[in-house]
Amino acid sequence: MKGFQQARWRTPIIFESGSKGRKGYSFPPLDDSAKSTLREIVNTLPRQLIRERPPDLPELSEVEVVRHFTALSQMNFGIDNGPYPLGSCTMKYNPKTNEALASMDETRWVHPNQPEETMQGTLEIMYKLSSWLAEITGTSKVTLQPAAGAQGELTGALIIRAYHKQNGELTKRNEIIIPDSAHGTNPASATMAGFKVVIVPTDEEGCVDIEALKSATSERTAGLMLTNPNTLGIFEKNITEISKIIHEHGGLLYYDGANLNAVLGKTRPGDMGFDIVHLNLHKTFATPHGGGGPGAGPVGVKEPLVDFLPVPLVEYDGNRYYLNYDVPHSIGKVRAFYGSFGVLVKAFAYILTVGAEGLDKISDMAVLNANYLARKLSKIKGFNLAYAKEKPVKHEFVLSCSRLHSETGVSAKDVAKRLLDYGIHPPTIYFPPVVKEALMFEPTETETIEELDRIIDALTEISKEAYENPEKILTAPHCTSVGRVDEAKASHPRTMCLSWRMYKKKNHVAGGMKPKRR
Amino acid sequence: MSRFIPNDTKETKERIIREIGIQKIEDLFSDMPKETRLHKPLTLPSSLSELEMRREVETILRKNRTVKDYVSFLGGGIWSHYVPAAVDEVSSRSEFLTSYTPYQPEVSQGLLQALFEYQSMICELLDMDVANCSMYDWASSLGEAARMAARVAKRNEFLIPHYISPERANVLRTYAEPAGIRVKELKQNRRDGQIDLEDLKEKVSENTAGVYIENPSYLGFLVSSVEEVAEIIHENGALFVVGVDPASLGLLKPPGCYGADIVIGEGQPLGNYMNAGGPLLGIFACRDEISLIRNMPGRIIGMTTQNGQRKAFCMAIQTREQHIRRQKATSNICTNEALCAVRAAAYMALLGPQGFRELAEIILANTSYAIKKLSEIHGLTVPFFEAPHFKEFTVHFDCAPEMSGKIREHLLERRIIGGKPLSQEFPELGATYLYCVTEMHTAEDIDRLASELKNLMEDWA
Repeated sequence: MKGFQQARWRTPIIFESGSKGRKGYSFPPLDDSAKSTLREIVNTLPRQLIRERPPDLPELSEVEVVRHFTALSQMNFGIDNGPYPLGSCTMKYNPKTNEALASMDETRWVHPNQPEETMQGTLEIMYKLSSWLAEITGTSKVTLQPAAGAQGELTGALIIRAYHKQNGELTKRNEIIIPDSAHGTNPASATMAGFKVVIVPTDEEGCVDIEALKSATSERTAGLMLTNPNTLGIFEKNITEISKIIHEHGGLLYYDGANLNAVLGKTRPGDMGFDIVHLNLHKTFATPHGGGGPGAGPVGVKEPLVDFLPVPLVEYDGNRYYLNYDVPHSIGKVRAFYGSFGVLVKAFAYILTVGAEGLDKISDMAVLNANYLARKLSKIKGFNLAYAKEKPVKHEFVLSCSRLHSETGVSAKDVAKRLLDYGIHPPTIYFPPVVKEALMFEPTETETIEELDRIIDALTEISKEAYENPEKILTAPHCTSVGRVDEAKASHPRTMCLSWRMYKKKNHVAGGMKPKRR
Repeated sequence: MSRFIPNDTKETKERIIREIGIQKIEDLFSDMPKETRLHKPLTLPSSLSELEMRREVETILRKNRTVKDYVSFLGGGIWSHYVPAAVDEVSSRSEFLTSYTPYQPEVSQGLLQALFEYQSMICELLDMDVANCSMYDWASSLGEAARMAARVAKRNEFLIPHYISPERANVLRTYAEPAGIRVKELKQNRRDGQIDLEDLKEKVSENTAGVYIENPSYLGFLVSSVEEVAEIIHENGALFVVGVDPASLGLLKPPGCYGADIVIGEGQPLGNYMNAGGPLLGIFACRDEISLIRNMPGRIIGMTTQNGQRKAFCMAIQTREQHIRRQKATSNICTNEALCAVRAAAYMALLGPQGFRELAEIILANTSYAIKKLSEIHGLTVPFFEAPHFKEFTVHFDCAPEMSGKIREHLLERRIIGGKPLSQEFPELGATYLYCVTEMHTAEDIDRLASELKNLMEDWA
């Protein structure tokens, strides 16, 4: 079951490749009269606007560029390479047919400012997708504008802000309550929107501590940000009470949709009492993550908040689709134009493929797979479930290896690095912060039972190895493109090297950086 | 759809149910309170086979007219540029496409190196020292730049030019307001668009965190007095933030050469499609100064070593970021536009120094040709501003306001998508449109536009 070996090319930095005068492009040539006109124009441009030295870019043929990046791609690991049970990231398979639709001219070669009658296809897809997402989340209206989940959170937090401002309560309501198990983006987004963050602890069952929540809630509460199921993979069963507590104090409820894959068709954030919901299309709706984006983070709101959504909204008058900029209390815009259509079209195709019954099945199977893995992995020596020891989990769960760590010295990080040698992407580690030596698994619905068994076998072997001969684990990984990377060095001001230019300067290579100004 | 849910067979489901000791799948949801449960199916279309789904989405998409069907002169923040096929090939490698953020560097060296190369090539193009590996778009880069300037300078005013894209100004205000940053406008000369230096001197104060200019400007004209602007800003201890179109930098002076502290811009022209508005690629760079670097938003890839020798890459200075710093993070951004940055890396490597020069020359030649042709038409003022222009320019129609609404319609009937109307954005400019030409336009395209506009103006006369 081992035998994984990632490519180990010694691919030079692109600046070290190529040769002077090589080209990887060809533009249509200018004719003689255009050339002479150009010379005249360049001569009339103010001197202080002309580039004196050409940019110090590499010079490569197309062949070399393609080989360079192909070699690099072989030193990368995607969902198409193997299992990727990263908790809270919902790394499911990305259907290929959706990519084909995103590559059509009618997707790619449309300018957002074209007259609406020439982009009815784009607008129709956006309108329908936004209505479907409203139905799935139990909200009234969805904006597709936010570029990613975190930007969706910012949008939501700004809507909370605008709502209280409209009611003349913003100066008083300046606190957002967030559980200690929340994704790091929640407190970061709330802060960006100008709020003070109040943290509430997790109780022994892994849920929001209701008593602590009650005492944290006051007339200063602007809202609560919560994900359900939470990052421990546990459904917040007191959600109705939580909603009541926050609403009675005049706050709003924000749903972090990162974990929606657990409850599609089972419940809807709107039905749980949430007022604002963001989704990650690159998680739940199978658009590829692209190594860190582009994603998309649509936001849905219930009726009283529709007037606060970013502009424009896509509407339909029964005859044509159009952009509506008339949103009375809009928070404005969070990014240019209307949304990442190149991503949205893939989510549209996905929902059309799976349909309502498919969404329900996705959650069934994602949760079934997670429970299978949770039960099996928690029996391995040195590992245990931090919460939900006897109860079912939802789409993800958090394993702790603190016993393994204290008995063998092998940490969650070491386990993760060793898993790489099996061709299995490790789970999310050291998150949520409420669990020591945390390993957060989310297998999703797209893994086969054989792959789940492979994860179980790998962890079983790692446990055995830890107790018998931990050296191999402590020095892992051994089968990846490079061995353990010195991450501290990358961030130390003395050794920090964030560009080729900085590298040349620090290593006294000619052509390094300019001296500091100011 | 079970083609992506391999365990959805009777046999496998029964096996898993048995192994975990439950009776049925529904038992796994029994802890969810009844009142929260959805008791009816979602109102969504029924699932479709691959073939049916493709047919349906293609049918909808074909209602679009593309800039390949029509000749388009739209720009203003997203532009039609040629995308070499090699760029598509690189970004469709599924090891890149289907990977997550490179939290495990040992198994993600390929993407990390590609992003490091993106950062490095962007630095060369801008003449800056450090770039992050992307923001969402130019507009959100501007919002983040204002917030960064306020953090670094510990001041709360940010100055922007009057003639700025309303999209960008709007996003800036969204980002700035909750941070208590006041956004103020700088005057620009109505004749040539240049920054009013007296006004700048008056407005820059000990409260100014940063001053932002764009070159080329939103309306296509170039801002010449960049060095004077930089001097005034720096004398007052504020940060100089510059926005650029990277397609201009083979010819135009990079902001690093005239004192920029932070440079932002739109990376879409670097091998990314317009996609009706996104995904885009926010450029974000700064000088090598630790107080700037520590305040940068977004992911930055660093070069380091493994076993003390071979070069290796990983995410650097993550202590700025939300997953470590939570509410104290410099920004909440995590997922960015990594794959668009990989596309930009491939694009920049294909073009090299000579390619960027040629690209900028073709665009400048086409811009000048279009300006010349359109300015010959009686009744048009082209461009509105007396200054050199790059890629975009203003076309002013000397006609009654009720006529100007018909211009776009008239052109559209002739399969031409005219420029973007500016009358709502800048009412003081009257019936003025923003036109854009790139390397995609041929002389015939421009001639056809000129001849249609000429006919139209003659008809009206």
